[in-house]
Amino acid sequence: MVATDKPAYKVVGTRPVRPDGTDKVTGRAEYGADLRLDGMLYGAVLRSPHAHARITRLDTSKAEALPGVLAVATNADFPRVASGNLNLGEGTANPMWLVDNLLAGEKVLYHGHAVAAVAAIDQHVAEDALALIEVEYEVLPFVIDVREAMLETAPILHDDLRTAVRAAGVAPAPDRPTNVATHLRLEKGDLDAGFAEADVVIEREFETSMFHQGYIEPQNGSAFWNQDGNLTVWTSVQGSFATRDQLSAVLQIPVSRIKVVPMEIGGGFGGKINVYLEPLAAILSRKSKRPVKMWMTREAVFQATGPTSATYCRVKIGAKRDGTFTAAHAYLAYEAGAYPGSPVGAGAQCAFAPYNIANQVVDGFDVVVNGPKTSAYRAPGAPASEYAVEATINELAEMLQIDAMDLRLKNASREGTANAVGAPWPTIGAEAVMNAVKNHPHYTSELHGDDVGRGVALGFWFNGGMESSGTATVTADGRVSLNMGTVDIGGSRASHAMQLAEVLGLEMDDINAHIVDTDSTGYNGVTGGSRVTFQGGWVMHDLGMAIRQQLQERAAGLWDVAADAVTYDDGSVVGPDDADGQPRRMSFKEIASKLSNSGGMITVSATSKRNTQGPAFAGHIVDLQVDRDTGKVTILRYTAIQDVGTAIHPSYVEGQIQGGAVQGIGMALNEEYVYDDQGRLRNSTFLDYRMPVANDLPMIDVQLIEVPNPGHPFGVRGVGEVPIVPPQAAIRNALYDALGVNFYQTPVSPRVILDELLPKD
Amino acid sequence: MTTTSSSFIFSATINGEQREFLADERDSLLEALRERAGIRGPKEGCNNGNCGACAVLLNGVLVNSCCVMAAEVTGEQITTVEGLATPEGLAPLQQCFLEEAALQCGICTPGFLIASTALLAENPHPTEEETRFWLAGNLCRCTGYDKIIRAVLKAADQTA
Ligand code: FES
Ligand code: FES
Repeated sequence: MVATDKPAYKVVGTRPVRPDGTDKVTGRAEYGADLRLDGMLYGAVLRSPHAHARITRLDTSKAEALPGVLAVATNADFPRVASGNLNLGEGTANPMWLVDNLLAGEKVLYHGHAVAAVAAIDQHVAEDALALIEVEYEVLPFVIDVREAMLETAPILHDDLRTAVRAAGVAPAPDRPTNVATHLRLEKGDLDAGFAEADVVIEREFETSMFHQGYIEPQNGSAFWNQDGNLTVWTSVQGSFATRDQLSAVLQIPVSRIKVVPMEIGGGFGGKINVYLEPLAAILSRKSKRPVKMWMTREAVFQATGPTSATYCRVKIGAKRDGTFTAAHAYLAYEAGAYPGSPVGAGAQCAFAPYNIANQVVDGFDVVVNGPKTSAYRAPGAPASEYAVEATINELAEMLQIDAMDLRLKNASREGTANAVGAPWPTIGAEAVMNAVKNHPHYTSELHGDDVGRGVALGFWFNGGMESSGTATVTADGRVSLNMGTVDIGGSRASHAMQLAEVLGLEMDDINAHIVDTDSTGYNGVTGGSRVTFQGGWVMHDLGMAIRQQLQERAAGLWDVAADAVTYDDGSVVGPDDADGQPRRMSFKEIASKLSNSGGMITVSATSKRNTQGPAFAGHIVDLQVDRDTGKVTILRYTAIQDVGTAIHPSYVEGQIQGGAVQGIGMALNEEYVYDDQGRLRNSTFLDYRMPVANDLPMIDVQLIEVPNPGHPFGVRGVGEVPIVPPQAAIRNALYDALGVNFYQTPVSPRVILDELLPKD
Repeated sequence: MTTTSSSFIFSATINGEQREFLADERDSLLEALRERAGIRGPKEGCNNGNCGACAVLLNGVLVNSCCVMAAEVTGEQITTVEGLATPEGLAPLQQCFLEEAALQCGICTPGFLIASTALLAENPHPTEEETRFWLAGNLCRCTGYDKIIRAVLKAADQTA
């Protein structure tokens, strides 16, 4: 670890067992699909077999007549909802499109698009009922490739869609149907002048596949719509409040009528922010007057939830002989799926973030295609654009005969240089990370063997802020009961409890951390964007300081001294010496036992919406070996270096980095969406959508750099997103080192490698 | 029930306890355990044998319970994650998973614990490579496997 002037913490930086650990190793933790309610029905969904079709007839009467079926729902059961814009924290949703995505309206827009839902006494009867629903389709031409979808001749998904141009100096789009929802441009400096200054100009183009988050727990959602008009929903999502907001918008009922109960969540990575089943369960419950539980098949998860955009990216960089970047341009076309809203905006801002380039333009296009509506996936938008830039820089380094890390260091962003939108960077660890890569024993070690290669790449992510709330109550035995509304997807009970314990001078174990429903605490944004430990840390700081203040006042009363004469020190209240000259001091436990008789127990609440989050940079180094006979790539050694600000619980910080890196390795080498010539997804199983398994990998070595975020009480930056960014380029650059072949697409699957290596006829 | 379903009495020894409950002939063992018997430690990740989240021991043998029909295993011995701890405390594997932070979301954990229990029963001191090979049928999307492998090797180290 890099030495810093980090304060000496007692709890922060240690590795205690997480508060929810025992429940999760004994099978007691309740995930959404584990819900059991009296009278509960089971829901199931009928899905489109076509990529693009008009529904000409939909008859559910035979399904409704099947004994054991209690309700059937179609698009007609939703209220008509106006177009709008719902902010979900990571991404937005237009409620009008959201309704049509939940259950198709006039048209189905992708293979797997939901058409109707049923509720029955068990899963088998529900499935039987689906087979009795009669649907007739008029099949329409479809388009899946992003560049084909941009052509004027492409099949059109939405007749009323027009391109929104958010680019200064670009003419408004013609008033005719298109699949291009948005053209945005980020611009700074003078691009032409910058390229004119360059001694070398390189331009490369890349394609990335659609990738799925691959969480192991399928989406679920259960609902009971009580006859008093109140709706309760149980679900495993990243945002209970974002789910409440979406339910309110699509069902047209006030948020105060909806209670969302967060169940444990089995992974999300951005994919469990948008709703899929919850509104269907609600409508089925309203119709049947019974609770309805639903969960998705794995096939439906792949077909019809929100993977990330497939993209086409073109990158052009100009440099002087000494390596100074003079200009850069990126053209980014991102698939949105069936409805507008890809993460191209974030991709555009991230593309060149690690580098200080005075003259740059990024053009981004959000394009609808006949695939599932994309949603956030870990550092949404960043992996594709940064892969394209990091791959291009690797080739540029070779052209200039400069070490790849030296070239990056020469152009590194640092505090005060301008980012993509011209704003100055705060304190960042970009250079610290680059230096750590360059000096890492992995980077400087010798590499031996046949067809082996080494690659490096950088990554950047903003880290999010959003809003968090919590409530804390001091118990009579001197512990603290903590209620939070941000779901715990990978250890945030621990990271919150540790920060609160640190403020109060207690042990983590003194904090009882609970995740509560939307009626039981203040508003909380989604668990996403690497923001929860950051913003939640501010809430813990505010809660802890408020408790300390009240304890000091109580102690002053008990001691009969002035309130401002009492201080808080290392888990105790401290007052002026008494008449006998004895120090006055009460531990947290002692004073807690006196609260009831000195004014009552202490409960405090806090809400924080600070926007002082600290950006994150990462650098990855990979060694690999290629089997020329099979095209299989073996990862020999992997090192992930990252500026984490401060690691609250280093084990879970390392775990986030390891997990993110491995998802990126999957993108680089194997994972992809495969559609056939009818636009049907052909690999919607875990066997065929080939995610990394244990024996595909070595240990993932992690080096934590700690450049504390000055905008946080403990220096937290946020960790989870950025590690997914570097792997695609690092592996692609290592493949060049191994084989002398530059690849311009991901994944570089064994088939792609063999296509290169086998003699061509 | 409907004309297409037919019920039967599922009886088995589950985590050492003799159990009987009504199930449907179309139920997989996973469905029968979760939706009929209320034993929800085994998780459904894929329902077709690809993820290992539903792993249980059937007469001591590792199986994916989504790929076994409940009606076929009536009368057998079944161990789920709920059966690993003893009245004295957590099993060493469970303890090592906690200490090594081998879970993030935890949905894969029941399957990994069952699969690792089967591994250590057959091979008490596996190498890292043997462990990775044995656990290749269990998917974890959160951890990158690193800390899971360390937890299993640590538990193995602790046994004589
Ligand atoms: S649910 Fe049985 S293997 Fe995935
Ligand atoms: S801990 Fe989430 S899938 Fe393994």
